[in-house]
Amino acid sequence: MVVIAASFFHVRPLRGQGPLDQVRKTELENLVRQDCGSCHGMTMKGGLGRSLLPERLREADRDGLAAIILDGIPGTPMPPWRGLLTEAEAAWIAGRLQEGLAK
Amino acid sequence: MKRRAFLGGVAGLACGTAAAAAKKASACEGVEAALSGTGDLGLIVERADGSILVVNTSRPQVVSKVENLGDLSHASAVFSRDQRFAYLFGRDGGLSKVDLVSARIETRVIQAGNSIGGAISDDGTIIAVANYEPGGVRLFDAETLAPLTEIAAEYAPGVRSKTVGIADVPGRRFVFSLYDAGEIWIADCANPSKPAVQRLKNIGRLPYDGLVTPSGRHYFAGLFGEDGLAHVDLWAPEPEARKILVGYGKGEEKLPVYKMPHLRGWAQAGDRLLLPAIGRHEVLVADSRTLDEAGRIQVHGQPVFIVARPDGRHAWVIFAHPRNDTVQVIDTVALRVIHEMRPGPAVLHMEFTPRGHQVWISVRDADRVDVYDTQTFAKVAELPARKPSGIFFTARAQRIGM
Repeated sequence: MVVIAASFFHVRPLRGQGPLDQVRKTELENLVRQDCGSCHGMTMKGGLGRSLLPERLREADRDGLAAIILDGIPGTPMPPWRGLLTEAEAAWIAGRLQEGLAK
Repeated sequence: MKRRAFLGGVAGLACGTAAAAAKKASACEGVEAALSGTGDLGLIVERADGSILVVNTSRPQVVSKVENLGDLSHASAVFSRDQRFAYLFGRDGGLSKVDLVSARIETRVIQAGNSIGGAISDDGTIIAVANYEPGGVRLFDAETLAPLTEIAAEYAPGVRSKTVGIADVPGRRFVFSLYDAGEIWIADCANPSKPAVQRLKNIGRLPYDGLVTPSGRHYFAGLFGEDGLAHVDLWAPEPEARKILVGYGKGEEKLPVYKMPHLRGWAQAGDRLLLPAIGRHEVLVADSRTLDEAGRIQVHGQPVFIVARPDGRHAWVIFAHPRNDTVQVIDTVALRVIHEMRPGPAVLHMEFTPRGHQVWISVRDADRVDVYDTQTFAKVAELPARKPSGIFFTARAQRIGM
């Protein structure tokens, strides 16, 4: 069942509305580490994409970061995640990056 | 049923599972050292744990586990000519030489802040690592991992580029691309403390990866910043870069790219090359002599890896997030998809056995590696692995550009 649920997560658009439950937060954390991590590194230290560590992002505007997640950065490989993530989810991810992901 | 019986048998062996191997590594060492060859060995990267599983592809099973290899996101490996040692390139700049027989780390150095991959020279004496930070390529003695020299990717005064797509080519040379600069460099390392570097400029915008054909003749760099690829004929007296498959996107808006394609382990099938289209659910087909477009194949998603079975008769394709639960098989003569399977969530990598009778596929979010028969497409084994990513077999030691 776990496998089926995880598989479903990977192909469905992620459109849940309202507050994020713990299951969804765990999914998002996995997404950030594993899929954002393909360019930014699994530890967020950077790769082809820039570092997303707190020391770089802490002072940044959270809404601005969420907007980058949702709309990408044209002319660079940073893609828009709108359609896969809701605005609430993007804001939550931005906040988690600013705080630093748990080890 | 057959598979279950087989796996049961494997689990019964003292060194047969990762868990057992982790606990009994020392007990396994003597046995494996005494009895095993290395031509059918390989490794699976457990990227989140910083460990690798040493595997045997004849049985197939996990032989042992090696831990403490650092940050293995995007890790890849090359092998010594005797196929005993793996050189592992980690994201954290770690370069590790691992003895596959004793399952021990021979030597490990942190050689840079952030690296992307590496290569081994044709004579097996030089390890070259492509770094993002500091941008450039560093050379190491394959025996000791002692540093030899650095080729700084300084393309303008004081400005360095990330380096990508490094490949070994005959004549103790390495070829790589400069992501930020849009250049391809050919480094002749006959004298590894003083490499002679040839710079090819204006090859196209944002080269994201590169590959060399099995002959070592043709180097290609995929371009993220434009529709097309850069090509260099390394047999030419004066190698130069030219663009091929220009405008394959026909000016259409590309789809968001949630994962960069990888070109290494690419597909040459007879007189055709199969290459990933960026931001499109397509495989591009080029004539391998003229390099002109020879067709397109519509596929399930954006291709990340297109790998030819070693005989070239089929090519297997895996895809970018979020369509990465599927694998498709292309008939390289008919140029169409002939089979599709869904191994599970987050299929990340695949590796064929040396002559292609089986293929190993990592299914990251199922914590599993699946082994398929490439003739019948039947699954023949499942091996547990924690967040598996890259799979690399020692047969790569005998191939150019791998």
